[in-house]
Amino acid sequence: MSAPAPAPFAFTPANVEKANAIVAKYPKGKQQSALLPLLDLAQRQNDGWLPRAAMDHVAAFLCLAPIRVYEVATFYTMYNLRPIGRHHVQVCTTTPCWLRGSDQVLDACKKRLGVDAGETTKDGKFTLSEVECLAACVNAPVAWVGDDFYEDLDAGSMTRLLDDLAAGKQPRPGPQVKRQTSAPATGPTTLKAGS
Amino acid sequence: MPKLTINGTEVTVDAGKTVLQACEQIGIEIPRFCYHDRLQIAGNCRMCLVEMEKSPKPIASCAMPVNEGMVIRTNTPKVKKARNGVMEFLLINHPLDCPICDQGGECDLQDQAMAYGLDRSRYTEHKRAVPDKDLGPLVETHMTRCIHCTRCIRFATDIAGVEELGTMGRGEHMEIGTYVEKALTSELSGNMIDLCPVGALNSKPYAYTARTWELVRTETIDVHDAVGSNINVNARGREVMRVLPRLNEDINEEWISDKTRFAYDGLRRGRLDQPYVRKNGKLVPATWKEALTAVAGAITGAGGGSVAAIAGDLACVESMTALKDLFDQIGSPHRDCRQDGAKLDPSVRAGYVFNTTIAGIEEADVCLLVGTNPRWEAALVNARLRKRYLRGGFLVFSIGPRLDLTFPVETLGAGPETLEGIAAGGHPFVEALSAAKRPMMILGQGALARADGSAILAAAWRIAVTCRLVRDGWNGFNVLHTAAARVGGLDIGFVPGKGGLDVGGILDGASAGKTKVVYLLGADEIDMRRLGSAFVIYQGHHGDAGANRADVILPGAAYTEKPATYVNTEGRVQQTKRVVFPPGEAREDWSIVRALSEAVGARLPYDNLSELRQRIERAHPHLAERDVAPKAAWGSFGHEGRMDQTPFRSPIDDFYMTNAICRASETMAACSALYVGNAESKTGTHG
Repeated sequence: MSAPAPAPFAFTPANVEKANAIVAKYPKGKQQSALLPLLDLAQRQNDGWLPRAAMDHVAAFLCLAPIRVYEVATFYTMYNLRPIGRHHVQVCTTTPCWLRGSDQVLDACKKRLGVDAGETTKDGKFTLSEVECLAACVNAPVAWVGDDFYEDLDAGSMTRLLDDLAAGKQPRPGPQVKRQTSAPATGPTTLKAGS
Repeated sequence: MPKLTINGTEVTVDAGKTVLQACEQIGIEIPRFCYHDRLQIAGNCRMCLVEMEKSPKPIASCAMPVNEGMVIRTNTPKVKKARNGVMEFLLINHPLDCPICDQGGECDLQDQAMAYGLDRSRYTEHKRAVPDKDLGPLVETHMTRCIHCTRCIRFATDIAGVEELGTMGRGEHMEIGTYVEKALTSELSGNMIDLCPVGALNSKPYAYTARTWELVRTETIDVHDAVGSNINVNARGREVMRVLPRLNEDINEEWISDKTRFAYDGLRRGRLDQPYVRKNGKLVPATWKEALTAVAGAITGAGGGSVAAIAGDLACVESMTALKDLFDQIGSPHRDCRQDGAKLDPSVRAGYVFNTTIAGIEEADVCLLVGTNPRWEAALVNARLRKRYLRGGFLVFSIGPRLDLTFPVETLGAGPETLEGIAAGGHPFVEALSAAKRPMMILGQGALARADGSAILAAAWRIAVTCRLVRDGWNGFNVLHTAAARVGGLDIGFVPGKGGLDVGGILDGASAGKTKVVYLLGADEIDMRRLGSAFVIYQGHHGDAGANRADVILPGAAYTEKPATYVNTEGRVQQTKRVVFPPGEAREDWSIVRALSEAVGARLPYDNLSELRQRIERAHPHLAERDVAPKAAWGSFGHEGRMDQTPFRSPIDDFYMTNAICRASETMAACSALYVGNAESKTGTHG
């Protein structure tokens, strides 16, 4: 498991300010507690993935041995250690989503993007991943793109979602069916007005 | 102190101990993989499960602190079943390659599987395989065998002080590694091989060369540095196959340096296995008789006044005593055991030993290093300093080059002017040193092996007095030696006699043609060009610099081939044992000198080793006290004088190449090329 060759990395001045604000949340001498948010910051700055240089930079920023940062970055699946597409489409296939048809959702993605799970499209716009439970089972099946969850998906809505993203539009996050957040799909069953 | 009941036996243990330690206290052995006395507790292998009253599940005894009134059971069916379960899980991904595994026969997993394992596997799915890692020329990896106990990670992080190993990935995909392929940059890395409870980390040089049950184990001591680490040398037939550490809490605990562990292949290569005499400019093989006659002829021809002897870094007390006695008999006062020219004062023992003792470092609170890099000069002294640092409240300062010792060191200055400032009392550091309860100073050979060494020793003495390094029950003045032979040589007085020349004088005399015969007792680290046209006798075990220049070569025995006495830097007297016989015609060193004495007509009055040892003990009663670090009486030493302002530098430029054995070792050569060769191209941001 080794990452591609490192290119230089340093936080932008704006991110240095953000990083300092994050570090300041923790008691003095406990600055390593800021490791997770700082890695996230570095990943956002670097097009969604963490090269070794970025991990080394974060290690130096927090006065940690680089290996301690590699340990954390390899542990959490949300840190990408290889270059990633513009949109990272993460489809949940754990049991509740699977029962509700995540296979069709994933197939729709494969068909629309022409890549298999774990691959990136040639134009570098999309990376498709199959992921474990995203903890939104009540709105299964769920996919996670960017910072948003798209819920209550099916093959059709998933394809539309990808079309919108490909066209540069920002789709509306949340349930893709007529449903208010995670309220009952058939409308309110209790506390109805007038009942 | 909490009292608890283990298997019906009441036991009182110190608060803060763990259940596992309490069990050990009453002789109950708990199986374990991740737990190790000297490492931090991880609690991740789960092999040490025991039953605790009021706990619904078995507990990991290694991580559970003792509490008043605990009731522990270690021999119930539930405990057995739990451990069987853990063992079965551990074996799921462990390959069944014991027959070809170097750990086989001394493997914790193998042994404990005998007690807790199933006789067949119930697991039919795919076993996982993990790519091996390249950790450098010393540690071989078989990562598929790894059971993730993390002992190696904890050793690297805490004891060796190099944070380079970690766990990558998670769950089924977890691997131990460095992430970036790189060799471990620790001089203690070999200890991970011992710590690894399975065959995941093996010795690369030893790989597939022997099975553990064919080895004959001999407990002896190491001479690659002046620490005198206790070792267990494993041999098969006439060959040393590997070197392992042996527990000695006062010296090396249970660690040894990589040089101690891996330089043994140098014992097989470049050996002098028969006498040589130079004829027509060429060294030709000779019989012992011819060689001794040639030497005797040269010595008697030159006469006592123009014969000199220099003892090297690996010389034992016995051979030095015999040679000193011989030189007394032939009337030559010219002899020196300080081949590096260190201006050590042999008159006061406290002035040339490590008075605090290595274990005593753990009581110190401030340490001043003067002209020394303990990491390379005495890796285990450095490990002890780090151990003390980890406990907190320990400040280390240095005068000399900037150092990476694996713990923070504040550099006060580069050379004698800083030392003089402290000695004169004007330096702000004096306050810190005087305020300390247990201050210590470590004076290295880098500060002493120079023309103004005596003045530096005197300045160090003044600091010791004015800053009260020596007080009731505490002596904080320490000299750190780099050579196993040095303290022994100073103890028996292998130094210039009345009107005698020291090593500088001998070499000058040889260059000028006044010293006609020079006897090198394993001395390889002197400038051979300065021997001029002198007749050179080299007695030693390797064809190194000395043998190359010699006119007669007398083949001696290496430290694994003779019972010999060495005095470590603390002044601790220890003896080696014979593991194998010297090769070919080579002989024990004292007996060579004894044979020579007869040839020159000055027969030495001892015919065997015990007579020689009796002679040594009569003359130097403190050498009769073995395996203790005797307290040396404080006195006055050093000679005040002008100090040169050249900065101090460590006498060791290459940890892996310090003596003739290392220089003959292929393993050490590989390490030197990798770790030290790279040093030149390293940048400021490296590692």
